[in-house]
Amino acid sequence: MTDSPVPTPPIGATSGAPAEFPPASPAGRGMFGIAGSGDTSGFGGLVRRRPAAVDTPRPYGEWFDEVVDALEEAYPGFDDAIERVVVDRGELTLHIRPERIAEVCQILRDDEALRFEFCSSVSGVDYLGEPDGRRLHAVYHLVSLTYRRRIRLEAAVTAEKPHVPSVTSVYPTADWQEREAYDMFGIIFDGHPNLTRILMPDDWEGFPQRKDYPLGGVPVEYKGAEIPPPDQRRSYQ
Amino acid sequence: MGIEEKVPTGILLTTVEKLVNWSRKSSFWPATFGLACCAIEMMATGAARYDLGRWGMEVFRASPRQADLMIVAGRVSQKMAPVLRQIYDQMPDPKWVLSMGVCASSGGMFNNYAIVQGVDHVVPVDMYLPGCPPRPEMLIDAILKLREKIMAEPLGDRRRKMIAAQEEKHGKPVVAPGSMPSSYVYDKARRAEWEQAVREGREEQLRIENWMRRND
Amino acid sequence: MTSYAEARETTEGRVFTVTGGDWDTVVSGHDPLSEERIVVNLGPQHPSTHGVLRLILELEGETVTEVRTVVGYLHTGIEKNLEYRNWTQGTTFVTRMDYLAPMFNEAGYCLAVEKLLGISDEVPKRANTIRVLMMELNRISSHLVWLATTGLELGALSMMLYGFREREFILDIFELTSGLRMNHAYIRPGGVSQDLPDEAVKRIREFLGFMPKRLKEYENLLSGQPIWQQRTKGVAVLDVTGCLALGVTGPVLRSAGLPWDLRKTMPYCGYETYEFDVPTRTEGDVYARYQVRLDEMRESLKIVEQALDRLEPGPVMVANRKIAWPAQLAIGTDGLGNSLEHIAKIMGQSMEALIHHFKLVTEGFRVPPGQVYVAIEAPRGELGVHAVSDGGTRPYRVHYRDPSFVNLQAIPALAEGGLLADVIAGGASLDPVMGGCDR
Repeated sequence: MTDSPVPTPPIGATSGAPAEFPPASPAGRGMFGIAGSGDTSGFGGLVRRRPAAVDTPRPYGEWFDEVVDALEEAYPGFDDAIERVVVDRGELTLHIRPERIAEVCQILRDDEALRFEFCSSVSGVDYLGEPDGRRLHAVYHLVSLTYRRRIRLEAAVTAEKPHVPSVTSVYPTADWQEREAYDMFGIIFDGHPNLTRILMPDDWEGFPQRKDYPLGGVPVEYKGAEIPPPDQRRSYQ
Repeated sequence: MGIEEKVPTGILLTTVEKLVNWSRKSSFWPATFGLACCAIEMMATGAARYDLGRWGMEVFRASPRQADLMIVAGRVSQKMAPVLRQIYDQMPDPKWVLSMGVCASSGGMFNNYAIVQGVDHVVPVDMYLPGCPPRPEMLIDAILKLREKIMAEPLGDRRRKMIAAQEEKHGKPVVAPGSMPSSYVYDKARRAEWEQAVREGREEQLRIENWMRRND
Repeated sequence: MTSYAEARETTEGRVFTVTGGDWDTVVSGHDPLSEERIVVNLGPQHPSTHGVLRLILELEGETVTEVRTVVGYLHTGIEKNLEYRNWTQGTTFVTRMDYLAPMFNEAGYCLAVEKLLGISDEVPKRANTIRVLMMELNRISSHLVWLATTGLELGALSMMLYGFREREFILDIFELTSGLRMNHAYIRPGGVSQDLPDEAVKRIREFLGFMPKRLKEYENLLSGQPIWQQRTKGVAVLDVTGCLALGVTGPVLRSAGLPWDLRKTMPYCGYETYEFDVPTRTEGDVYARYQVRLDEMRESLKIVEQALDRLEPGPVMVANRKIAWPAQLAIGTDGLGNSLEHIAKIMGQSMEALIHHFKLVTEGFRVPPGQVYVAIEAPRGELGVHAVSDGGTRPYRVHYRDPSFVNLQAIPALAEGGLLADVIAGGASLDPVMGGCDR
């Protein structure tokens, strides 16, 4: 590893430039001696602080009050199902207790004043380090074609008990999207007709999109050598 | 492989070689293995402006049994790798593989859990073509270079001699299966651990345990 | 259950006409072959699967009784990779998801980032016009590929060559503007990376000149053709209820009758100022989707013309120096790189510009914490971007609601009960792109 890789470099190949020779410090020397992940985001002294999740005070503005009031009217269990209402950047987010998510979706779809008949997207987010441990959030985006509105529902569960009732009975489109959330995060949707892995191979272990799953995944076995996973192979220095 | 393998060395072999190689390179039939963006550029290469028909290659065979060139165009995911290998195995000899694009050659910009870092982990590759995606002209250049490579391939006795010489020079497989992984060689503690495990017959288990521990 | 003997009712009772086969099977009234279940695996490597889609079909004769779709053969983990790169570098990754509509992926992502940054109103007018221009050109090229591959699969082989011939022209325009034919990282948070060169404007006008005639040619080639009609009319019907329940949007929904187009109903990038119609049909079959896409190409040409007419000189990046991508590229003696004026500015004239350039390129800009969901109308349907920021220079989570992923759930609804050949036509009419589906 200290000589140049080609036994006799062609004429003109050596110019004495620093790039030709391995770096002086062991850090940049290649496969198994890397240091640092190449993450430059902390260079400016940036400290990332997750904002405390706070209810937005009323009035919310625009049509958000209307929707929240209509939901309160139509849904008797409103007070203990809705944990938090957040209005941010022109979007309404309702944080809902996971057990009630299917009920709430049903009401949102069927009630005349709400009519969120189209489910745009069901996905997951992993907020690792959440103080109460409920790090896996299932996020539902609903669209009302009648009123041309969008709303977001969030249900938070822990990684130890990641059960959320499935909304496929209300929105059949959630079928594959919930499978993807299961595959990537490990959120188990109770009542789903076929909760299996959809993007990864069926026998894959681990939930790739979680924050504690490494980017590179599994180390590679190739011709008898064990090569570290792709994100640990070299340092970009 | 065929009757051309049995021709004895000499002037006859060289002529037959030239003829056979020429016929092999002139009528390459690619197997469709378009996966992602590179597949679209491959289709564009087969289309009217950059015409692959100029070299007789516009017939993309759907069945691997009728194809001799597999252009792996696009990123190969973990789920797709066994399929890739199966298609490669289904192709009859002589066959060549051209890995088109950086994702097929080395994993490309996707250094993550989902992409095989280079199809040469799965199939032997004859020509690597970088690009993201490579322009149709680049693909044509790679195909032409591959044709030149094929023209120079020896057959019959000369081929056997060449393979034997290479094996002598480089030795048998670079790393014998089941031997100590290279990451263990340079770390004294790990090396001792491995040798102990070999004595007990549980080196695979040790490797798995070490990997799991590293991720905790 | 087909039986060997045909029966008819007469005054004498039921009369069987036996034309061959085993007497016992005729008498017992069932055909052993019809009870056999044949399971056919289509793909993932197959010429007509639009990428790597795997269909497992259960056939009874030629009729499909059950279809199961298996996806994930192109899963690239792009969403996870985005968490390890800057917000600007995200554009390069995101562009490769739905590889036939890269401009849309980029536009969705940049709209989401701009919403998070709060600079949606500060994006210059020229940048928005160029974005609309590029997106509509991309829509045309995506529909052309759809026409080409669908024609190929249904047997109209020449359509493949015509579609790709036109697309080459659009790719030339893209190459002039962004430098790449495909997967251009052109639309960046804050605007677009490079201004539109005059040559590109000239080319686009040329394109607008001959394209309507070509569209007419395709219509003449296919629409009236009896084989095309027989293979597409009444095939793979999906009505509005089915579409909405399954989450299908885009041309498929519009071919069923609902004129839901996000460019009209929830506009973005200034679409409300353009004049165009939303083509709709009511039959909901493959033929209707074909017509809807052809008409959409015509509407896109209209929008492109309007966008060209309203191009005014101006900046193409947001004015906030802490976010705007710093350099304009130019070809120098050693290839493409930072233009000499820019280098002179940062090295000689403005220290602040140097600092901004340095910080933006090494670290990236910071996005205040929060989450947004932005949806745009991609050629295949609603492309939604759910972006979560934790205040840093890297995305915390970006999820793409890709239309192909959701639309593919409709394949069993389209295919079951139909013939095997209709599965191909139906699947093709959904226009799935596996890169977007699997991400």
